[in-house]
Amino acid sequence: MFHIVRDPLTLTIMIILPILLLLILGFAISTEIRNTPFVVFDQSRSAASSKFIAKMDGNAYFTLVNALSSESDLETAFHRGECKLALILPADFGDNVPYREAVDIQLVVDASDPNEGSTLVSYVQLIAAQYQKELIGRASAPDLIQIETKMLYNPQMKGMYQIVPGMIGLIMMLICAYMTSISIAKEKELGTMEILLVSPLRPALIILAKAVPYLFISLTDVALSLLVAYFILGIPIAGNIALIVLLSLVYTLSALALGLLISTVAETQQEAMVLSGIGLMLPSMLLSNLIFPVESMPIPLQAFSYIVPARWYIDGLRDIMIKGLGFKAIVLDFFILLSMCFLLFFVSIKKFKNRL
Amino acid sequence: MAMWILNDLLNMKSIISIHHVSKSYEGRTPVTALQDISLQINKGELFGLIGPDGAGKTSLFRILTTLLLADLGNASIDGMDVVKDFRKIRMYIGYMPGRFSLYQDLTVEENLKFFADVFNTTIAANYDMISPIYGQLAPFKNRRAGKLSGGMKQKLALCCALIHKPYILFLDEPTTGVDPVSRKEFWQMLRALKEQNITIMVSTPYMDEAALCDRIALIQAGKIMQVDAPAQVIANYPFRLYKAKASNNYRLLETVKEQDNILLSYISGDQVRLVFKENDRRIDFPGIELEEVEPTIEDCFIQLMKNESD
Amino acid sequence: MKVIEVHNLTKTFGSFTAVDHVSFEVAEGEIFGFLGANGAGKTTVIRMLCGLLAPTSGKGSVVGYDVSKKAEDVKKNIGYMSQKFSLYEDLSPVENMELFGGIYGMNRKQINKKTEEIIKDLGLTKERRSLVGSLPLGIRQKVAFAVSTFHSPKVVFLDEPTAGVDPMSRRIFWEMIYRASDRGTTFFVTTHYMDEAEYCNRISIMVDGSIKVLDTPERLKNNFGAGTMDEVFQILAGKSKNQVQ
Repeated sequence: MFHIVRDPLTLTIMIILPILLLLILGFAISTEIRNTPFVVFDQSRSAASSKFIAKMDGNAYFTLVNALSSESDLETAFHRGECKLALILPADFGDNVPYREAVDIQLVVDASDPNEGSTLVSYVQLIAAQYQKELIGRASAPDLIQIETKMLYNPQMKGMYQIVPGMIGLIMMLICAYMTSISIAKEKELGTMEILLVSPLRPALIILAKAVPYLFISLTDVALSLLVAYFILGIPIAGNIALIVLLSLVYTLSALALGLLISTVAETQQEAMVLSGIGLMLPSMLLSNLIFPVESMPIPLQAFSYIVPARWYIDGLRDIMIKGLGFKAIVLDFFILLSMCFLLFFVSIKKFKNRL
Repeated sequence: MAMWILNDLLNMKSIISIHHVSKSYEGRTPVTALQDISLQINKGELFGLIGPDGAGKTSLFRILTTLLLADLGNASIDGMDVVKDFRKIRMYIGYMPGRFSLYQDLTVEENLKFFADVFNTTIAANYDMISPIYGQLAPFKNRRAGKLSGGMKQKLALCCALIHKPYILFLDEPTTGVDPVSRKEFWQMLRALKEQNITIMVSTPYMDEAALCDRIALIQAGKIMQVDAPAQVIANYPFRLYKAKASNNYRLLETVKEQDNILLSYISGDQVRLVFKENDRRIDFPGIELEEVEPTIEDCFIQLMKNESD
Repeated sequence: MKVIEVHNLTKTFGSFTAVDHVSFEVAEGEIFGFLGANGAGKTTVIRMLCGLLAPTSGKGSVVGYDVSKKAEDVKKNIGYMSQKFSLYEDLSPVENMELFGGIYGMNRKQINKKTEEIIKDLGLTKERRSLVGSLPLGIRQKVAFAVSTFHSPKVVFLDEPTAGVDPMSRRIFWEMIYRASDRGTTFFVTTHYMDEAEYCNRISIMVDGSIKVLDTPERLKNNFGAGTMDEVFQILAGKSKNQVQ
């Protein structure tokens, strides 16, 4: 019965893992959204409109990142990924609102994540109601500020649009990292690695030879997933296919490198499974914006999410696939993945031992 | 240091030189695998490392095949240092690890081709070397390696270790778990390879296989107890050894264990083996036949083990 | 009394006949050597006798229980130890014995009594609390033997129990077998060490799924005009179809 105490690794995993999972999920699932970046195009430039904008910015939910001077800047702001929400105040805002006349304001929301989109809209409605109450002392009157909402990217608010690129990212991690690490650990377990090591083959060559087939299979899988997404799930592929392939290539390579890194540490298939399961699959699932927005997690988790490749890939893939954005929008994602890829390959080749 | 270099130069025929090699493993239960091992193996020799599991055979093989670093001491293969010149050594040696280390899901032929590719050669280029062995496997060349019988697997592993024409061959327990008939065939193959001037270092826990080697080292608990030709090891046995047979050998053994004129007693097959302390060959058991016998390698091993533990 | 009775026992896997009409009997207290080349069908016979595999046809009974109908009763009355039979390496010898005693339904008092008996018998006092993983192979085999005989089974199956063990430990191991057999336990042993075959009271040699010879080592050697059991084995197993292929 106390047998298990003799195996510290298993015990640690069994005790630490539930706590970690609960904490992450607990924080992650809270649907509250904080510090959403927004831009404003204020056509009235009045005291009343400034006050409304200040009320938005002063709120924990929103952070003003830019004030636009023309409606055409709106598109660029979204394309650069600068904001998730834009507020357009009409020219008559300052003339009407203080005198209790209704105005129409326009709200443009990034709805590639439909849940997040509708939450944002309801927050703005709440702020508008508070504003009205402060201004005229009562809230029960008919709404002075009529909000017209425009959902960007995903007008039908389909959850699938959000999930599918995320799933592709997760599947690629599963195939590249998980499978590669297990296949190398298997060679160690069966003893074939011993013979390869005794041969004149260079370690780098052994590593590459193991990685190449998995790279091809993974890229085939990206293609298959996109075909399924397009033809069966009916998800439009808004952006450039070549760009998707490019981004997927760097991501796949960094996932492969991660798998190789794990296999340099793991001696058995079981170890490889546990390491890649907990070390890769969990972060890729929880800290990648796949299901839960990272922005609303505690700072340490947010910081950790920066080193999760899936976060960058899923972000970039959504930009291209759903939003139809160009290379500029994914420049950060791309270069971060690229440098991760080089770093990980370098480390795993260094760590791969020439001896047993 | 200078001494052993000089020694090597004088002793030109030695091809594997091991000098004061020690190795231990850290861990929850630290293990001393090798303690101050020194050995010279001659060119063209079929050299046997004889000892039970855990004696340190595999550690020594891994150090010589450049897979493991010794804690102390040094070793060289044909003048190449096992640490510094490991890349060069890897081109010239063949190695068959203790576990069956071939790709179970590849066929016989695919395995062979794979290892030919690894060493940048072809099956055809080296066919003469493996043909006597591969000839027996040829009918099964499309069978998956995992589906072969124990003896067949060992033959295939030997072919794979030979595919790049190494001139030194390391075989770590090639006959363990293989039935006596296949074992005998395997040793015939090794004798044939020796004719082709290949130096072979082979380890085995089966003491009866020692007789088939040119020279042997008896290894136990990380120490080499004796190195010599098998016949000489037997000649070195320091006592007169007797065998005794009785109707119930177990009861006989219980009896002799109580007697104080007996130095060594153990059962061996259908008999009890005895070494007397002096000329007093009294045995207090009815109806026994006592006869002096020539010791086997196993008797020598037991005597040396006892020596070490005293 | 016959402890093992086998009559025309047969096992086929698809078109392959692994065990072909095998018949033999083993008496109480006997040490029975069960030899054969790799793939001759030894393991299949042992699995059937231990109630792990149902025979295709024929009859087998162990300690009076039919192996195909009363597999559970068979299992309760036998001990099993193989080269691969691993003890729990992160438990001590005593803990291993307690565990297996518990599995076989012994109560606390019985377990404690038997543990002390065996520890004293086999001279394991010094190692009783060390983790099995840290013990030398020879000692581990002793512990494995202790565990497989802990519930006082009538028959013990030993599948290559001494593979890789040093010569002195092997002899000590056989002394343990002799001692238990002297007290009436029956042993059914497979081994690749031909000299060990000579320790057995009777030997059968299996070739290609059937038993080719069954007799005492002495008579087998005489019949084949051979000096050792190894020679007898080479003569018989060398004729196998498997070897010729």
